[in-house]
Amino acid sequence: MRTIREAVLGMRRAPALTILSVMAIGLSVFSIGLFALTAHNIDVALSEVERRVEVVAYLRDDASEELIEIARHEIESFPEVMSARYISKVEALYEASRELTEFSDVYSDLEVNPLPASLEISLLPDHRTPSDVEAVADRVTSYHFVEEARYGREWVDRIYSLRRVAGGAAVILGLAFALGAAILIGIAVRMSVLARTREIAIMRTVGATDSYVRRPFLLEGLVTGIGGGLLALALTWGMYRAVERMLLSLAWLPGLWTAAGLAAAGILGMLAAGRAVRRELRRLDVY
Amino acid sequence: MVKLRSVTKNFGGSATAVQDVSFHLRKGEFAFLTGASGAGKTTILKLIHMLHRPSSGEVRVSRYSSNRMKRRDLPQLRRRVGYIFQDFRLLENLTAAENVAFALEVTGMPRAKIRPRVQKLLGQVGLASRAQALPRELSGGEQQRVAVARALANDPLVLLADEPTGNLDERATAGVFGLFQQINASGTSILMATHDAELIRQHRDMRVIELEQGRLVFDSAGDAAS
Repeated sequence: MRTIREAVLGMRRAPALTILSVMAIGLSVFSIGLFALTAHNIDVALSEVERRVEVVAYLRDDASEELIEIARHEIESFPEVMSARYISKVEALYEASRELTEFSDVYSDLEVNPLPASLEISLLPDHRTPSDVEAVADRVTSYHFVEEARYGREWVDRIYSLRRVAGGAAVILGLAFALGAAILIGIAVRMSVLARTREIAIMRTVGATDSYVRRPFLLEGLVTGIGGGLLALALTWGMYRAVERMLLSLAWLPGLWTAAGLAAAGILGMLAAGRAVRRELRRLDVY
Repeated sequence: MVKLRSVTKNFGGSATAVQDVSFHLRKGEFAFLTGASGAGKTTILKLIHMLHRPSSGEVRVSRYSSNRMKRRDLPQLRRRVGYIFQDFRLLENLTAAENVAFALEVTGMPRAKIRPRVQKLLGQVGLASRAQALPRELSGGEQQRVAVARALANDPLVLLADEPTGNLDERATAGVFGLFQQINASGTSILMATHDAELIRQHRDMRVIELEQGRLVFDSAGDAAS
């Protein structure tokens, strides 16, 4: 109870400093928010491309439909496979003429359908790696009625490395932004602690324990951090809406990310406050 | 009670704030700690309050020794050693009663017990009717009385007073000093740093410890090294 009262009093006693701290934290977390929004949208775009990774098994013309259906079921039971769709010769011709409209005349004049039937095999999200795609393609090729299996090896390799690079960059840049934010938060909270050095010294003089002195500051740091987090969220949302309206369609951050961001801002504020008070307490007492 | 044994304190550089000082303040004793500005009076008080650590020698307060002091024991020591400053050091946004209550809250005393205790303490220093006044609404003498009530809150064994009458006029000085005498009469030891020669002259019966450039040059008790 005292902790809450003291924390509220502390913030009310120096409202300008509290607002300044919230703004400093808000702006530093905003930079993380913008980075997260960019990283998330790159991830969404890569996932979209990755979703299209599939193995296409072209079938011999003499393959019986019963055998193909049995094989399709077998393939669907592979641990890496999400689904296997049978495309007959007729369907293949129809899709080709629909997708490649400039050649529609050529397709309609054909006496014999040259396009083979095929099985379009989609992989589960965790199995769209180059090695898994290749393994599925190899197993599918072992069916005697499969002419060949294609999966755009070069694309799969490229997407996979792009994702790894993007993931690595996200971690490094994310840590750099978080470190920057932590330093700014530390400065903001330290200003607040320094403004109350006299109060802390009096507390110690009358026999307050370290934890008694520290508690209100920790709560204040938590509240200031969450306040800054909310400000950052509002700014990021504003930026997201502005980009959506003027430039391109974007995906908003997942709920878990925003909740984690707010919690992280609060914890960061609390840790920075704890560190600043600890330094002050160490400065005051030599023992 | 309070024992200094060959205490020296350097703050780095060539200046030595306190050099080889020894004295023993017994239970219930009242002593003036005197000397010119910079003689080391405040340093001695801070060494006893364990705000400073001696460069050499030992400070003992009751069962606490500067040589074995742990940070976690400091709050317990500070509750047993009241400290009064020349500039009062009250929290400006708290009333007189809240300033005194503050010293009890830090010990974890329940609220129900704090209120009557604060009333009693303010009554003891003659400020029962000014309990709800903020420090800025009080005179210098009244503020110092609040500081005394705060220092007494946890029944200290010893009261350290650093020029407590330095900012007060003659009448307020007499009032605060009278209060110290009452407190001392109830068994609390008092070590009062002052360079007010007139005040010391008026109380010739009391012990005087004099410092000069950090050295103890006179102790009326004659037991400087005991």
